[in-house]
Amino acid sequence: MTSFLSRRAALIGSLSGAGLLLSGCDRLTQSQNVQRIFRSVEDWTRMNQRLLLAGNRMAREFKPSDISKEFKANGTLNPGGDDYMRHVDEGFVNWRLKIDGMVANPMALSLAEIRKLPSRTQITRHDCVEGWSAIGQWTGVPLGLVLKAAGVAAGAKYVVFYCADNLEGEPAKGGEQSPGQYYESIALVDAFHPQTLIAYAMNGQTLPVAHGAPLRIRIERQLGYKSAKYVQRIHITDRLSGIAGGRGGYWEDRGYEWYAGI
Amino acid sequence: MSVDVETANTDVPTRPEVFYRHRLVVRLTHWLNVLALFFLLGSGLNIFNAHPQLYWGDKGDEYDSPVLAIRAIDTETGPKGLIAIGSWHINTTGVLGWSKVDGVDTARAWPSWITIPSFQDLADARHWHFLFAWILALNSATYLAWGLWKRHLQTDIWPTRSDLKTFGQSVVDHLRLKHPTGEAAKRYNILQRLAYLGVLTLIALMIVTGLTMSPGFDAFAPWLPDLLGGRQSARTIHFIAAWLIVLFVFVHLVEVILAGPINEVRSMLTGYFSVPKDHK
Repeated sequence: MTSFLSRRAALIGSLSGAGLLLSGCDRLTQSQNVQRIFRSVEDWTRMNQRLLLAGNRMAREFKPSDISKEFKANGTLNPGGDDYMRHVDEGFVNWRLKIDGMVANPMALSLAEIRKLPSRTQITRHDCVEGWSAIGQWTGVPLGLVLKAAGVAAGAKYVVFYCADNLEGEPAKGGEQSPGQYYESIALVDAFHPQTLIAYAMNGQTLPVAHGAPLRIRIERQLGYKSAKYVQRIHITDRLSGIAGGRGGYWEDRGYEWYAGI
Repeated sequence: MSVDVETANTDVPTRPEVFYRHRLVVRLTHWLNVLALFFLLGSGLNIFNAHPQLYWGDKGDEYDSPVLAIRAIDTETGPKGLIAIGSWHINTTGVLGWSKVDGVDTARAWPSWITIPSFQDLADARHWHFLFAWILALNSATYLAWGLWKRHLQTDIWPTRSDLKTFGQSVVDHLRLKHPTGEAAKRYNILQRLAYLGVLTLIALMIVTGLTMSPGFDAFAPWLPDLLGGRQSARTIHFIAAWLIVLFVFVHLVEVILAGPINEVRSMLTGYFSVPKDHK
Protein backbone atom coordinates (compact mmCIF):
# COMPACT_ATOMS: atom_id res chain seq x y z
CA MET A 1 0.00 0.00 0.00
CA THR A 2 2.73 2.42 0.95
CA SER A 3 4.82 1.47 -2.04
CA PHE A 4 1.79 1.87 -4.29
CA LEU A 5 1.14 5.30 -2.82
CA SER A 6 4.72 6.42 -3.14
CA ARG A 7 4.95 5.09 -6.70
CA ARG A 8 1.76 6.93 -7.53
CA ALA A 9 3.11 10.07 -5.90
CA ALA A 10 6.32 9.74 -7.87
CA LEU A 11 4.36 9.31 -11.10
CA ILE A 12 2.16 12.35 -10.44
CA GLY A 13 5.21 14.27 -9.38
CA SER A 14 7.12 13.53 -12.53
CA LEU A 15 4.10 14.12 -14.77
CA SER A 16 3.15 17.50 -13.43
CA GLY A 17 6.43 18.73 -11.96
CA ALA A 18 6.00 22.49 -11.98
CA GLY A 19 2.22 22.34 -11.63
CA LEU A 20 2.51 20.31 -8.46
CA LEU A 21 5.19 22.67 -7.18
CA LEU A 22 2.88 25.61 -7.71
CA SER A 23 -0.17 24.00 -6.12
CA GLY A 24 2.18 23.18 -3.25
CA CYS A 25 2.85 26.92 -3.06
CA ASP A 26 -0.90 27.54 -2.74
CA ARG A 27 -1.07 25.15 0.20
CA LEU A 28 1.98 26.79 1.76
CA THR A 29 0.38 30.22 1.33
CA GLN A 30 -2.63 29.11 3.33
CA SER A 31 -0.60 27.53 6.12
CA GLN A 32 -0.74 29.31 9.49
CA ASN A 33 2.99 28.84 9.99
CA VAL A 34 3.82 30.48 6.68
CA GLN A 35 1.47 33.36 7.50
CA ARG A 36 3.34 33.76 10.82
CA ILE A 37 6.62 33.96 8.89
CA PHE A 38 5.06 36.63 6.65
CA ARG A 39 4.16 38.68 9.75
CA SER A 40 7.72 38.43 11.09
CA VAL A 41 9.12 39.57 7.74
CA GLU A 42 6.64 42.47 7.76
CA ASP A 43 7.84 43.51 11.24
CA TRP A 44 11.48 43.25 10.12
CA THR A 45 10.77 45.34 7.01
CA ARG A 46 8.97 47.98 9.09
CA MET A 47 11.87 48.19 11.57
CA ASN A 48 14.28 48.78 8.69
CA GLN A 49 12.08 51.46 7.16
CA ARG A 50 11.75 53.20 10.53
CA LEU A 51 15.52 53.21 10.81
CA LEU A 52 15.99 54.70 7.33
CA LEU A 53 13.26 57.31 7.75
CA ALA A 54 14.31 58.61 11.15
CA GLY A 55 14.42 62.41 11.31
CA ASN A 56 11.32 63.32 9.29
CA ARG A 57 12.74 62.72 5.82
CA MET A 58 10.41 64.27 3.27
CA ALA A 59 8.72 62.65 0.31
CA ARG A 60 9.71 64.16 -3.05
CA GLU A 61 7.59 67.14 -4.08
CA PHE A 62 7.01 67.74 -7.78
CA LYS A 63 6.43 70.68 -10.14
CA PRO A 64 2.92 71.74 -11.22
CA SER A 65 3.75 70.50 -14.74
CA ASP A 66 4.24 66.98 -13.33
CA ILE A 67 0.61 66.71 -12.13
CA SER A 68 -1.32 63.80 -13.71
CA LYS A 69 -3.87 65.01 -16.25
CA GLU A 70 -6.28 62.53 -14.78
CA PHE A 71 -5.62 61.06 -11.36
CA LYS A 72 -7.05 57.59 -11.02
CA ALA A 73 -9.62 57.37 -8.22
CA ASN A 74 -9.53 53.97 -6.52
CA GLY A 75 -11.51 52.18 -3.83
CA THR A 76 -14.85 53.78 -3.12
CA LEU A 77 -15.79 56.34 -5.79
CA ASN A 78 -18.92 57.53 -4.00
CA PRO A 79 -19.94 56.33 -0.54
CA GLY A 80 -23.63 56.99 -1.38
CA GLY A 81 -26.30 56.54 1.26
CA ASP A 82 -28.86 59.13 2.40
CA ASP A 83 -26.57 60.76 4.98
CA TYR A 84 -23.59 61.20 2.69
CA MET A 85 -25.69 62.36 -0.26
CA ARG A 86 -27.39 64.95 1.97
CA HIS A 87 -23.94 66.26 2.94
CA VAL A 88 -23.00 66.43 -0.76
CA ASP A 89 -26.18 68.41 -1.51
CA GLU A 90 -25.46 70.79 1.38
CA GLY A 91 -21.86 71.31 0.27
CA PHE A 92 -20.70 69.54 3.46
CA VAL A 93 -21.56 72.60 5.63
CA ASN A 94 -22.85 70.28 8.35
CA TRP A 95 -19.96 67.79 8.09
CA ARG A 96 -18.03 67.51 11.33
CA LEU A 97 -14.59 65.98 11.82
CA LYS A 98 -14.49 64.47 15.27
CA ILE A 99 -11.18 64.11 17.09
CA ASP A 100 -11.47 61.91 20.16
CA GLY A 101 -9.87 59.16 22.21
CA MET A 102 -6.66 59.78 24.13
CA VAL A 103 -6.71 63.58 23.80
CA ALA A 104 -7.07 66.40 26.35
CA ASN A 105 -9.57 68.33 24.22
CA PRO A 106 -11.91 66.24 22.06
CA MET A 107 -13.08 68.33 19.11
CA ALA A 108 -15.68 68.41 16.36
CA LEU A 109 -14.45 70.70 13.58
CA SER A 110 -16.50 72.07 10.68
CA LEU A 111 -14.92 72.44 7.23
CA ALA A 112 -14.95 76.23 7.67
CA GLU A 113 -12.96 75.89 10.89
CA ILE A 114 -10.50 73.48 9.27
CA ARG A 115 -9.94 75.82 6.30
CA LYS A 116 -9.05 78.65 8.72
CA LEU A 117 -6.16 76.65 10.17
CA PRO A 118 -2.65 77.07 8.72
CA SER A 119 -2.48 75.06 5.52
CA ARG A 120 0.15 73.28 3.48
CA THR A 121 0.09 72.61 -0.27
CA GLN A 122 2.22 69.85 -1.75
CA ILE A 123 2.56 68.10 -5.10
CA THR A 124 3.32 64.47 -4.41
CA ARG A 125 3.31 61.07 -6.03
CA HIS A 126 0.59 58.64 -4.95
CA ASP A 127 1.84 55.04 -5.12
CA CYS A 128 -0.86 52.40 -5.21
CA VAL A 129 -0.15 48.92 -3.85
CA GLU A 130 -1.38 47.63 -7.23
CA GLY A 131 1.64 49.21 -8.91
CA TRP A 132 0.43 52.43 -10.56
CA SER A 133 1.35 56.01 -9.59
CA ALA A 134 -0.29 59.39 -10.09
CA ILE A 135 0.90 62.86 -9.18
CA GLY A 136 -1.47 65.36 -7.60
CA GLN A 137 -1.47 68.58 -5.63
CA TRP A 138 -3.01 68.48 -2.17
CA THR A 139 -3.96 71.28 0.20
CA GLY A 140 -4.91 70.76 3.81
CA VAL A 141 -4.05 71.28 7.42
CA PRO A 142 -1.10 69.32 8.76
CA LEU A 143 -2.54 66.59 10.97
CA GLY A 144 0.15 67.33 13.57
CA LEU A 145 -1.24 70.85 14.14
CA VAL A 146 -4.70 69.49 14.86
CA LEU A 147 -3.30 66.79 17.13
CA LYS A 148 -1.27 69.40 19.01
CA ALA A 149 -4.42 71.47 19.54
CA ALA A 150 -6.27 68.37 20.74
CA GLY A 151 -3.44 67.49 23.13
CA VAL A 152 -2.37 63.88 22.69
CA ALA A 153 -2.25 62.01 26.01
CA ALA A 154 0.91 60.23 27.15
CA GLY A 155 0.89 56.57 26.18
CA ALA A 156 -1.04 57.12 22.93
CA LYS A 157 0.46 55.29 19.96
CA TYR A 158 -1.89 55.31 16.99
CA VAL A 159 -4.14 57.64 15.04
CA VAL A 160 -7.16 55.83 13.62
CA PHE A 161 -9.19 57.28 10.73
CA TYR A 162 -12.84 56.27 10.52
CA CYS A 163 -14.34 56.79 7.09
CA ALA A 164 -17.83 57.23 5.66
CA ASP A 165 -17.52 54.58 2.98
CA ASN A 166 -18.31 50.90 3.02
CA LEU A 167 -15.90 49.21 0.59
CA GLU A 168 -16.83 45.97 -1.13
CA GLY A 169 -13.29 45.16 -2.20
CA GLU A 170 -11.20 45.69 -5.32
CA PRO A 171 -11.31 43.11 -8.14
CA ALA A 172 -7.74 43.91 -9.26
CA LYS A 173 -6.29 42.82 -5.91
CA GLY A 174 -7.87 39.36 -5.79
CA GLY A 175 -7.47 37.29 -2.66
CA GLU A 176 -9.83 37.36 0.26
CA GLN A 177 -12.08 40.38 0.29
CA SER A 178 -15.26 41.15 2.15
CA PRO A 179 -17.34 44.31 2.46
CA GLY A 180 -16.59 46.52 5.42
CA GLN A 181 -16.39 50.06 6.72
CA TYR A 182 -13.17 51.66 5.51
CA TYR A 183 -10.73 52.69 8.19
CA GLU A 184 -7.01 53.18 8.52
CA SER A 185 -4.42 53.85 11.20
CA ILE A 186 -0.93 55.27 11.38
CA ALA A 187 1.72 55.65 14.07
CA LEU A 188 1.96 58.97 15.93
CA VAL A 189 5.42 59.61 14.44
CA ASP A 190 3.91 59.52 10.93
CA ALA A 191 0.90 61.57 12.05
CA PHE A 192 3.24 64.39 13.10
CA HIS A 193 5.24 64.27 9.83
CA PRO A 194 5.00 67.72 8.16
CA GLN A 195 3.58 66.23 4.93
CA THR A 196 0.78 64.32 6.64
CA LEU A 197 -2.33 66.36 5.89
CA ILE A 198 -6.05 66.43 6.43
CA ALA A 199 -6.65 67.50 2.83
CA TYR A 200 -9.69 69.39 1.56
CA ALA A 201 -8.45 70.44 -1.88
CA MET A 202 -6.92 68.62 -4.82
CA ASN A 203 -5.20 70.34 -7.76
CA GLY A 204 -6.50 73.69 -6.50
CA GLN A 205 -10.16 72.59 -6.47
CA THR A 206 -12.45 71.48 -3.66
CA LEU A 207 -11.76 67.78 -3.06
CA PRO A 208 -14.02 65.80 -5.47
CA VAL A 209 -16.31 63.04 -4.20
CA ALA A 210 -14.31 60.33 -6.04
CA HIS A 211 -11.16 61.41 -4.18
CA GLY A 212 -12.69 61.49 -0.71
CA ALA A 213 -14.79 64.66 -0.24
CA PRO A 214 -14.92 66.50 1.98
CA LEU A 215 -11.73 65.37 3.80
CA ARG A 216 -9.08 62.78 3.15
CA ILE A 217 -5.73 61.97 4.67
CA ARG A 218 -2.50 62.40 2.72
CA ILE A 219 0.37 60.31 4.05
CA GLU A 220 3.14 60.55 1.50
CA ARG A 221 5.79 57.99 2.43
CA GLN A 222 3.40 55.06 2.50
CA LEU A 223 1.20 53.29 -0.05
CA GLY A 224 -2.07 54.77 -1.28
CA TYR A 225 -4.43 52.74 0.89
CA LYS A 226 -3.06 54.50 3.99
CA SER A 227 -4.41 57.83 2.64
CA ALA A 228 -7.97 57.23 3.82
CA LYS A 229 -10.81 59.09 2.08
CA TYR A 230 -14.16 60.40 3.46
CA VAL A 231 -12.65 60.82 6.95
CA GLN A 232 -15.22 61.69 9.61
CA ARG A 233 -13.52 60.73 12.85
CA ILE A 234 -9.92 60.74 14.04
CA HIS A 235 -9.42 58.56 17.08
CA ILE A 236 -6.24 58.53 19.18
CA THR A 237 -5.53 55.25 20.91
CA ASP A 238 -2.83 53.00 22.32
CA ARG A 239 -4.03 49.80 20.64
CA LEU A 240 -5.48 48.60 17.35
CA SER A 241 -6.88 45.32 18.64
CA GLY A 242 -10.60 45.55 19.13
CA ILE A 243 -11.13 47.79 16.09
CA ALA A 244 -12.79 45.84 13.25
CA GLY A 245 -10.40 42.98 12.34
CA GLY A 246 -7.77 44.30 14.75
CA ARG A 247 -4.97 44.81 12.23
CA GLY A 248 -5.34 48.57 11.87
CA GLY A 249 -7.13 49.03 8.56
CA TYR A 250 -9.60 47.75 5.98
CA TRP A 251 -6.87 46.29 3.75
CA GLU A 252 -4.72 45.24 6.71
CA ASP A 253 -7.64 43.12 7.94
CA ARG A 254 -7.58 41.50 4.49
CA GLY A 255 -3.89 40.55 4.60
CA TYR A 256 -2.03 43.72 3.57
CA GLU A 257 0.89 45.29 5.45
CA TRP A 258 0.05 47.81 8.16
CA TYR A 259 3.08 50.06 7.63
CA ALA A 260 2.96 49.76 3.84
CA GLY A 261 6.17 51.64 3.10
CA ILE A 262 7.02 49.40 0.13
CA MET B 1 48.57 12.40 -5.70
CA SER B 2 46.70 12.97 -8.89
CA VAL B 3 46.82 10.48 -11.71
CA ASP B 4 49.25 11.52 -14.37
CA VAL B 5 47.11 11.34 -17.45
CA GLU B 6 49.94 12.02 -19.87
CA THR B 7 51.99 8.93 -18.96
CA ALA B 8 49.15 6.56 -18.16
CA ASN B 9 48.69 3.58 -20.41
CA THR B 10 46.01 4.68 -22.89
CA ASP B 11 44.69 1.12 -23.21
CA VAL B 12 43.72 1.06 -19.55
CA PRO B 13 40.86 3.43 -18.69
CA THR B 14 42.22 5.92 -16.21
CA ARG B 15 40.13 7.42 -13.44
CA PRO B 16 39.10 10.89 -14.44
CA GLU B 17 40.71 13.66 -12.47
CA VAL B 18 38.35 14.91 -9.81
CA PHE B 19 38.80 18.49 -8.82
CA TYR B 20 37.20 20.58 -6.05
CA ARG B 21 35.48 23.27 -8.06
CA HIS B 22 32.70 24.84 -5.96
CA ARG B 23 33.35 25.84 -2.38
CA LEU B 24 30.62 25.46 0.26
CA VAL B 25 29.57 29.13 0.28
CA VAL B 26 29.20 29.11 -3.52
CA ARG B 27 27.06 25.97 -3.40
CA LEU B 28 24.83 27.20 -0.56
CA THR B 29 24.27 30.65 -2.02
CA HIS B 30 23.65 29.14 -5.46
CA TRP B 31 20.84 26.85 -4.28
CA LEU B 32 19.32 29.47 -2.01
CA ASN B 33 19.24 31.78 -5.03
CA VAL B 34 17.47 29.08 -7.07
CA LEU B 35 14.77 28.89 -4.41
CA ALA B 36 14.51 32.68 -4.03
CA LEU B 37 14.34 33.39 -7.77
CA PHE B 38 11.64 30.73 -8.22
CA PHE B 39 9.41 32.38 -5.60
CA LEU B 40 10.30 35.93 -6.65
CA LEU B 41 9.35 35.29 -10.28
CA GLY B 42 6.05 33.57 -9.46
CA SER B 43 4.98 36.11 -6.85
CA GLY B 44 6.25 39.01 -8.98
CA LEU B 45 4.04 37.96 -11.89
CA ASN B 46 1.06 37.71 -9.50
CA ILE B 47 1.83 41.27 -8.31
CA PHE B 48 2.12 42.41 -11.95
CA ASN B 49 -1.38 41.01 -12.58
CA ALA B 50 -2.88 43.57 -10.16
CA HIS B 51 -1.95 46.27 -12.69
CA PRO B 52 -0.72 44.62 -15.90
CA GLN B 53 0.69 47.75 -17.53
CA LEU B 54 4.17 49.30 -17.49
CA TYR B 55 5.07 52.96 -18.00
CA TRP B 56 8.09 55.20 -18.33
CA GLY B 57 8.58 58.13 -15.94
CA ASP B 58 7.43 58.92 -12.42
CA LYS B 59 3.73 58.40 -12.91
CA GLY B 60 1.48 56.04 -14.80
CA ASP B 61 -2.07 54.85 -14.27
CA GLU B 62 -4.77 53.75 -16.64
CA TYR B 63 -5.13 57.26 -18.09
CA ASP B 64 -1.50 57.25 -19.22
CA SER B 65 -0.24 55.36 -22.25
CA PRO B 66 1.73 52.28 -21.25
CA VAL B 67 4.95 51.02 -22.84
CA LEU B 68 3.72 47.48 -22.26
CA ALA B 69 0.28 46.10 -21.47
CA ILE B 70 -1.21 42.64 -21.15
CA ARG B 71 -4.97 42.75 -21.40
CA ALA B 72 -8.19 41.02 -22.35
CA ILE B 73 -10.34 42.58 -25.09
CA ASP B 74 -13.81 41.81 -26.39
CA THR B 75 -13.99 40.85 -30.04
CA GLU B 76 -16.82 39.64 -32.29
CA THR B 77 -15.61 36.09 -31.79
CA GLY B 78 -15.38 36.43 -28.01
CA PRO B 79 -12.76 37.67 -25.56
CA LYS B 80 -9.11 37.54 -26.54
CA GLY B 81 -5.87 38.05 -24.67
CA LEU B 82 -3.10 40.21 -26.04
CA ILE B 83 0.23 41.73 -25.19
CA ALA B 84 0.89 45.23 -26.50
CA ILE B 85 4.30 46.89 -26.64
CA GLY B 86 3.85 50.47 -27.79
CA SER B 87 1.58 50.29 -30.84
CA TRP B 88 2.57 46.70 -31.68
CA HIS B 89 0.45 43.87 -30.29
CA ILE B 90 0.02 40.14 -30.66
CA ASN B 91 -2.77 37.71 -29.84
CA THR B 92 -1.84 35.64 -26.78
CA THR B 93 -5.25 34.11 -25.98
CA GLY B 94 -4.91 31.10 -23.69
CA VAL B 95 -1.67 32.29 -22.11
CA LEU B 96 -1.46 36.05 -21.60
CA GLY B 97 -4.47 38.25 -20.90
CA TRP B 98 -7.11 35.54 -21.21
CA SER B 99 -6.54 32.03 -19.86
CA LYS B 100 -8.22 29.23 -17.96
CA VAL B 101 -8.18 29.15 -14.16
CA ASP B 102 -9.48 25.80 -12.88
CA GLY B 103 -11.04 25.27 -16.31
CA VAL B 104 -12.81 28.63 -16.35
CA ASP B 105 -11.86 31.31 -18.90
CA THR B 106 -10.58 34.27 -16.93
CA ALA B 107 -9.18 37.70 -17.70
CA ARG B 108 -5.76 37.71 -16.11
CA ALA B 109 -2.40 38.88 -17.41
CA TRP B 110 -0.10 35.98 -16.46
CA PRO B 111 -1.75 32.55 -16.34
CA SER B 112 -2.35 30.73 -13.06
CA TRP B 113 0.29 28.06 -13.75
CA ILE B 114 3.12 30.58 -13.55
CA THR B 115 2.03 32.77 -10.60
CA ILE B 116 2.45 32.32 -6.83
CA PRO B 117 -0.13 31.88 -5.46
CA SER B 118 -1.82 30.40 -8.55
CA PHE B 119 -4.99 32.41 -7.82
CA GLN B 120 -4.96 36.20 -8.01
CA ASP B 121 -3.98 37.45 -4.54
CA LEU B 122 -1.92 40.63 -4.29
CA ALA B 123 -1.58 40.51 -0.49
CA ASP B 124 -0.05 37.03 -0.30
CA ALA B 125 1.99 37.51 -3.47
CA ARG B 126 3.57 40.58 -1.84
CA HIS B 127 4.31 38.59 1.35
CA TRP B 128 6.09 35.90 -0.69
CA HIS B 129 7.90 38.54 -2.69
CA PHE B 130 9.28 40.45 0.29
CA LEU B 131 10.21 37.27 2.18
CA PHE B 132 12.35 36.09 -0.72
CA ALA B 133 13.54 39.60 -1.58
CA TRP B 134 15.17 39.70 1.85
CA ILE B 135 16.59 36.21 1.32
CA LEU B 136 17.95 37.20 -2.10
CA ALA B 137 19.46 40.43 -0.78
CA LEU B 138 21.11 38.83 2.27
CA ASN B 139 22.23 35.83 0.22
CA SER B 140 23.74 38.07 -2.45
CA ALA B 141 25.45 40.24 0.17
CA THR B 142 26.94 37.10 1.77
CA TYR B 143 28.19 35.86 -1.59
CA LEU B 144 29.70 39.23 -2.53
CA ALA B 145 31.38 39.74 0.84
CA TRP B 146 32.75 36.20 0.89
CA GLY B 147 33.69 36.39 -2.79
CA LEU B 148 35.71 39.56 -2.31
CA TRP B 149 37.32 38.32 0.89
CA LYS B 150 38.36 34.95 -0.56
CA ARG B 151 39.17 36.60 -3.91
CA HIS B 152 36.68 34.28 -5.63
CA LEU B 153 35.25 37.24 -7.51
CA GLN B 154 38.67 38.62 -8.43
CA THR B 155 40.15 35.33 -9.62
CA ASP B 156 37.25 33.17 -10.78
CA ILE B 157 34.68 35.68 -12.08
CA TRP B 158 36.38 38.92 -13.11
CA PRO B 159 37.76 38.50 -16.67
CA THR B 160 41.47 39.04 -17.15
CA ARG B 161 42.97 40.73 -20.18
CA SER B 162 43.98 37.37 -21.60
CA ASP B 163 40.44 36.04 -21.00
CA LEU B 164 39.08 38.90 -23.06
CA LYS B 165 41.41 38.01 -25.93
CA THR B 166 39.78 34.57 -26.13
CA PHE B 167 36.31 36.07 -26.56
CA GLY B 168 35.98 35.35 -30.30
CA GLN B 169 37.33 31.81 -29.99
CA SER B 170 35.06 31.15 -27.01
CA VAL B 171 31.97 32.26 -28.96
CA VAL B 172 32.94 29.91 -31.81
CA ASP B 173 33.57 27.04 -29.36
CA HIS B 174 30.21 27.58 -27.67
CA LEU B 175 28.41 27.68 -31.02
CA ARG B 176 30.10 24.42 -32.01
CA LEU B 177 29.09 23.03 -28.59
CA LYS B 178 32.76 22.36 -27.89
CA HIS B 179 33.48 22.42 -24.18
CA PRO B 180 36.90 22.97 -22.64
CA THR B 181 38.81 19.95 -21.39
CA GLY B 182 41.77 19.32 -19.13
CA GLU B 183 43.32 22.34 -17.44
CA ALA B 184 41.08 24.73 -19.41
CA ALA B 185 37.98 23.14 -17.86
CA LYS B 186 39.21 24.03 -14.38
CA ARG B 187 38.63 27.72 -14.82
CA TYR B 188 35.68 29.67 -16.11
CA ASN B 189 35.97 30.73 -19.74
CA ILE B 190 35.32 34.29 -20.84
CA LEU B 191 31.65 33.74 -21.73
CA GLN B 192 31.02 32.13 -18.35
CA ARG B 193 32.72 35.04 -16.59
CA LEU B 194 30.69 37.58 -18.51
CA ALA B 195 27.46 35.63 -17.97
CA TYR B 196 28.02 35.33 -14.20
CA LEU B 197 29.02 38.98 -13.94
CA GLY B 198 25.92 39.82 -15.95
CA VAL B 199 23.54 37.90 -13.72
CA LEU B 200 25.15 39.38 -10.59
CA THR B 201 24.55 42.82 -12.09
CA LEU B 202 20.95 41.91 -12.92
CA ILE B 203 20.31 40.75 -9.35
CA ALA B 204 21.73 44.04 -8.05
CA LEU B 205 19.51 45.89 -10.51
CA MET B 206 16.46 43.92 -9.32
CA ILE B 207 17.13 44.91 -5.72
CA VAL B 208 17.73 48.58 -6.58
CA THR B 209 14.67 48.91 -8.85
CA GLY B 210 12.58 47.03 -6.29
CA LEU B 211 13.59 49.53 -3.59
CA THR B 212 12.85 52.43 -5.94
CA MET B 213 9.22 51.34 -6.08
CA SER B 214 8.96 51.95 -2.32
CA PRO B 215 7.57 55.39 -1.40
CA GLY B 216 9.38 55.07 1.93
CA PHE B 217 12.76 54.25 0.39
CA ASP B 218 12.32 57.09 -2.12
CA ALA B 219 11.95 59.53 0.79
CA PHE B 220 15.23 58.13 2.13
CA ALA B 221 17.00 58.23 -1.26
CA PRO B 222 15.21 60.68 -3.58
CA TRP B 223 18.13 60.50 -6.04
CA LEU B 224 17.29 56.88 -6.76
CA PRO B 225 14.05 57.39 -8.77
CA ASP B 226 15.81 60.34 -10.47
CA LEU B 227 18.67 58.08 -11.50
CA LEU B 228 16.36 55.42 -12.91
CA GLY B 229 13.93 57.80 -14.61
CA GLY B 230 11.12 57.64 -12.04
CA ARG B 231 9.16 55.09 -10.03
CA GLN B 232 7.31 53.70 -13.03
CA SER B 233 10.53 53.45 -15.04
CA ALA B 234 12.01 51.48 -12.15
CA ARG B 235 9.00 49.13 -12.30
CA THR B 236 9.55 48.64 -16.04
CA ILE B 237 13.30 47.99 -15.59
CA HIS B 238 12.44 45.55 -12.76
CA PHE B 239 10.22 43.62 -15.18
CA ILE B 240 12.80 43.57 -18.01
CA ALA B 241 15.64 42.55 -15.67
CA ALA B 242 13.46 39.74 -14.27
CA TRP B 243 13.05 38.24 -17.73
CA LEU B 244 16.75 38.70 -18.49
CA ILE B 245 17.45 36.59 -15.39
CA VAL B 246 15.00 33.99 -16.73
CA LEU B 247 16.93 34.10 -20.03
CA PHE B 248 20.19 33.59 -18.11
CA VAL B 249 18.69 30.60 -16.27
CA PHE B 250 17.52 29.10 -19.57
CA VAL B 251 20.95 29.41 -21.23
CA HIS B 252 22.60 28.22 -18.00
CA LEU B 253 20.44 25.06 -17.94
CA VAL B 254 21.07 24.38 -21.65
CA GLU B 255 24.82 24.63 -20.99
CA VAL B 256 24.53 22.31 -17.98
CA ILE B 257 22.79 19.73 -20.15
CA LEU B 258 25.31 20.11 -23.00
CA ALA B 259 28.33 19.99 -20.70
CA GLY B 260 27.17 16.85 -18.87
CA PRO B 261 24.29 17.31 -16.48
CA ILE B 262 25.30 14.67 -13.92
CA ASN B 263 28.84 15.95 -13.52
CA GLU B 264 27.69 19.58 -13.46
CA VAL B 265 24.83 19.12 -10.96
CA ARG B 266 26.98 16.87 -8.77
CA SER B 267 29.71 19.50 -8.67
CA MET B 268 27.20 22.11 -7.48
CA LEU B 269 25.97 19.68 -4.78
CA THR B 270 29.23 18.15 -3.54
CA GLY B 271 31.77 20.60 -4.91
CA TYR B 272 33.66 17.92 -6.84
CA PHE B 273 33.90 18.14 -10.60
CA SER B 274 35.28 15.44 -12.82
CA VAL B 275 37.57 17.13 -15.34
CA PRO B 276 36.89 16.16 -18.96
CA LYS B 277 40.04 14.64 -20.40
CA ASP B 278 41.98 16.21 -23.23
CA HIS B 279 41.42 14.41 -26.52
CA LYS B 280 45.07 14.01 -27.37
